[in-house]
Amino acid sequence: MTNPAITANGLRKSYGDKVVLDGIDLTVPEGTVFSLLGPNGAGKTTAVKILSTLIAADGGQARVAGHDIAGEAQGVRGAIGVTGQFSAVDGLITGEENMLLMADLHHLPRREGRRVAAELLERFDLVDAARKPASTYSGGMRRRLDIAMTLVGSPRIIFLDEPTTGLDPRSRHNMWQIIRELVSGGVTVFLTTQYLEEADELADRIAVLSDGKIAAEGSAEELKRLIPGGHIRLRFTDPATYQAAASCLRETTRDDDALTLQIPSDGSQRELRSLLDWLDSAGIEADELTVHTPDLDDVFFALTTRQPKETTR
Amino acid sequence: MSTLSLAVRDSTTMLRRNLLHARRYPSLTLNLLLTPIMLLLLFVYVFGDTMSAGIDGGGPNRSAYIAYLVPGLLLMTIGSTVVGTAVSVSNDMTEGIIARFRTMAIHRPSVLIGHVVGSVLQSVVSVVLVGAVAVAIGFRSTDATALEWLAAFGLIALVALAFTWIAVGMGMGAPNAEAASNNATPLIILPLISSAFVPLEAMPGWFQPIAEYQPFTPAIETLRGLLLGTDIGNNAWLAIAWTVGLTLLGYLWSTAQFNRDPK
Repeated sequence: MTNPAITANGLRKSYGDKVVLDGIDLTVPEGTVFSLLGPNGAGKTTAVKILSTLIAADGGQARVAGHDIAGEAQGVRGAIGVTGQFSAVDGLITGEENMLLMADLHHLPRREGRRVAAELLERFDLVDAARKPASTYSGGMRRRLDIAMTLVGSPRIIFLDEPTTGLDPRSRHNMWQIIRELVSGGVTVFLTTQYLEEADELADRIAVLSDGKIAAEGSAEELKRLIPGGHIRLRFTDPATYQAAASCLRETTRDDDALTLQIPSDGSQRELRSLLDWLDSAGIEADELTVHTPDLDDVFFALTTRQPKETTR
Repeated sequence: MSTLSLAVRDSTTMLRRNLLHARRYPSLTLNLLLTPIMLLLLFVYVFGDTMSAGIDGGGPNRSAYIAYLVPGLLLMTIGSTVVGTAVSVSNDMTEGIIARFRTMAIHRPSVLIGHVVGSVLQSVVSVVLVGAVAVAIGFRSTDATALEWLAAFGLIALVALAFTWIAVGMGMGAPNAEAASNNATPLIILPLISSAFVPLEAMPGWFQPIAEYQPFTPAIETLRGLLLGTDIGNNAWLAIAWTVGLTLLGYLWSTAQFNRDPK
């Protein structure tokens, strides 16, 4: 946790008069997972393209692995691995040939290249398909091959641009497992996703990107605290008890049809205990009590309410 | 690793990738071979008598016409092969793998050099195949020495290099494979309006400059001279100037397009 793996200051990018990134600041400590969360068109992929030296920013600076992305692009490239939104595999050749191609481009000696390729194919469960053209692979297999190719050079920083978009639930959980293993090996992961659950599961820090700006940044817990909306819900089956409780409790939101009351709360133990004590002393017994803490969905919708306009061509 | 050895190593890797593509999917290359072979048979067996009578002003002389025709068709084979290069470069650039290459610490032009060297090799193989058909129907080199054969191969390789770089630029500039194929069509048309089928003197006066001031005519005249002992004159220098110039132009054009930010 000494030097940040990635820092960015005021990154800007426009295509024509459409501003895609409008001044992005980021710091990603080494060995952590940073997730850039946002709806389609928020600028996530553009941010990855700039930080991975695929395209140049219009303004701002960024350093990746200690190298300036503009002046020392080759230094950045030597330290990173990128798996894009669309699989970056060569469909015309086999999975094994794709792996050996990466080994050659990382200048591994032949024998070591073959060993690394075989190990990764094994690890990503691609041995049976290794001799088939990559174009015949399923979506999940292509994505696994893509990550396996990225890992050939043992990069210290990995960019994963929506790695689970379009995958079925099992493949998605496999991908999460792969990402956790990478991080436990000390790799820094820069992850973009439109799935809140994914950011919540994997990321140490999350930045919510909306309309080219970072709307909020912090750990999942910190972000959830930003948004009010936590409450305790009491459900009754007996209308008389419901009415009694509703008339005694202040600051409640009533739902007369469902016989439920919502009391605002941060979900802390103290607040919960004081409510329970109060219910006990008033002799009210609810049939069901649930604590609802705000989840990332609440955060996400609260922060990204203004949807970016769809560009039409 | 020095820049040069890095360049050689990565270009070799990229060449291997392109040769693997060509070996797995040979249909495009073979299809492109059909045009020059068909033209060869058509002009020899169907139009041959008339053409030769018209050129010589004497009687029909098919074997003389084979000799006249073959050098032009050999070079036309290159024009036809590089259309495939433009298409495959265009296809390749839309693939995600190119984005991956761009984010790797490799010698950047090696991606294009791999295409170029692979395509030049394919062109030379195609020329040899068309040459074999020509020999089978009676073409003979009359007085080429070993040195002249070597020079002929060098010329073919140089022409292939020049047109391949141009085709790579055309492929890079095309939004899709169809457009790439259209962009490269002039490379097939150009030999048709050169001295490949009839000598310049047999063409109408207004057309002669069009046929004369273009890269195929001096290259064809040089190859003719090397294989058949006709007068080369300053055509050799013109051919070298054209091919070196086109190679340089194609290289600069292609790399400039490759270094531009992808969309």
